[in-house]
Amino acid sequence: MNSGDIAWVMTSTALVLLMVPGVGLFYAGMVRKKNVVSMITLSIISMIIACVVWVVYGYSLSFSGDVSGFMGNLDRAFLRGVDISSGEPIPEMLFMLYQMMFAGVTLAIITSAMAERVRVSSFIFFGVLWLTFIYIPFAHWLWGNGWLSKMGALDFAGGMVVHVSSGFGALALAFLLGKRYGYGEHSIEPHSIPLTLIGLAMLWFGWFGFNGGSALQANDIAVNAIVVTFIASCFAGLTWMAVSWIKGKPGSLGIASGVIAGLASITPAAGFVDVAGAVVIGVISGILCFIALDLRIKRGIDESLDAWAIHGVGGAFGSIALGVFANPSISGYAGLMYGNANLLVSQIIAVIATITYAFAVTFVLAKITNMIIPMRVSIEEEYVGLDISQHGEVGYA
Amino acid sequence: MKMVIAIIRPEKFEAVEDALAEKGYLGMTVTEVKGRGEQKGIKLQYRGTSIEVDLLPKMKLEIIVDDGHVDEVIKTICENARTGKYGDGRIFVVPVEKSVRIRTGEITE
Repeated sequence: MNSGDIAWVMTSTALVLLMVPGVGLFYAGMVRKKNVVSMITLSIISMIIACVVWVVYGYSLSFSGDVSGFMGNLDRAFLRGVDISSGEPIPEMLFMLYQMMFAGVTLAIITSAMAERVRVSSFIFFGVLWLTFIYIPFAHWLWGNGWLSKMGALDFAGGMVVHVSSGFGALALAFLLGKRYGYGEHSIEPHSIPLTLIGLAMLWFGWFGFNGGSALQANDIAVNAIVVTFIASCFAGLTWMAVSWIKGKPGSLGIASGVIAGLASITPAAGFVDVAGAVVIGVISGILCFIALDLRIKRGIDESLDAWAIHGVGGAFGSIALGVFANPSISGYAGLMYGNANLLVSQIIAVIATITYAFAVTFVLAKITNMIIPMRVSIEEEYVGLDISQHGEVGYA
Repeated sequence: MKMVIAIIRPEKFEAVEDALAEKGYLGMTVTEVKGRGEQKGIKLQYRGTSIEVDLLPKMKLEIIVDDGHVDEVIKTICENARTGKYGDGRIFVVPVEKSVRIRTGEITE
């Protein structure tokens, strides 16, 4: 172990934590002002739930041992035996905390589909189930020596573990929860674009830790990760802006969405592709996620804040693209461009498996939650807003 | 000349605005307001305790029309702002003494 690695991952841990309220603010600006407190609070609650689950059994089930490739075991429940002074390349205790932040951000992203209509007690219950049966298995499958990583699938910083899981989970939730009252009948407009842009700033900044820290060392791969991450995000922002400009004006929400699409798409690939790969991933993701968002609106699906179109589609696309563009001179993994078709095949299998599992299991978990505590608030509660009905507060006095 | 003051549900504003425009009533002043009627807002039941949301957000429209058009404006607003539930709002009509167009100084009495 060396102090440079430890310092970088400690810093990255704090950067990823900043993304949790970042998601909250990003979302909060896009809802009506009667739900601004609720939207930010759902993200904060996500982090709290993730911490508790992670300490009690989440970390252990993700990263301790292996039970038939599906989940870990309970040897490290309550962080028993997780050491501050040993571990490679960083202390295991630090690795545990760094990974905990990812669980929190992922749960925060999925709140997109519950915007302005979820009962907070039900969300807490659902959140525990969702982390247990979707996030933890995914973390194990790809990062904890589970079946997908044994098959050769790669996910550098969470294209599938974080973005496919939350994005396609959000789509399933949108189908199950249904539209917000009045959706499609009268306009439901973002109440504060500056709030969303502050959220974007926090996400953009935090993503350096999200992808850079995933090298788990202060090394050349970490440098590659932050460089390609930033480049992809800018190219994606540019193409989204261009596409929306053709249809009208380059709105700030579109540009922000493009940046996030680029970030989500480069996430699985950041430690494997070079700058040229990042440019292609960025350019395509800006257009692809725009099309997905457009399709979602045309179909009248109220996946309110587009976790599916941006995180889900972006994460899935980036996970496949890494099978094409992985450059062996970065981390030793070669993609199709470098004459290796096997990686692309395992990436496609992994993407199909995670999409199917995330969508189906989220649907089932939400159905179970609905039977125990209804996920939607009553019409009156929705009408006055979740800030008052769920938290007894107002965002703007 | 009369001023029609309508207090309506915010989510019905677009429908009312469009319907009025279709009939040629374009001029209006709009304010976001809060208010309550005789039912005093909405009462939410939450595990035995109740939260009262006293003042709910509404939109206030002020429209100046000739006496002969008042009924049509009222009818249009009612038709497009009604849900049939408590909280659909109220319409008031008050006389207007004088109207001055600032750009030209033109006065209508």
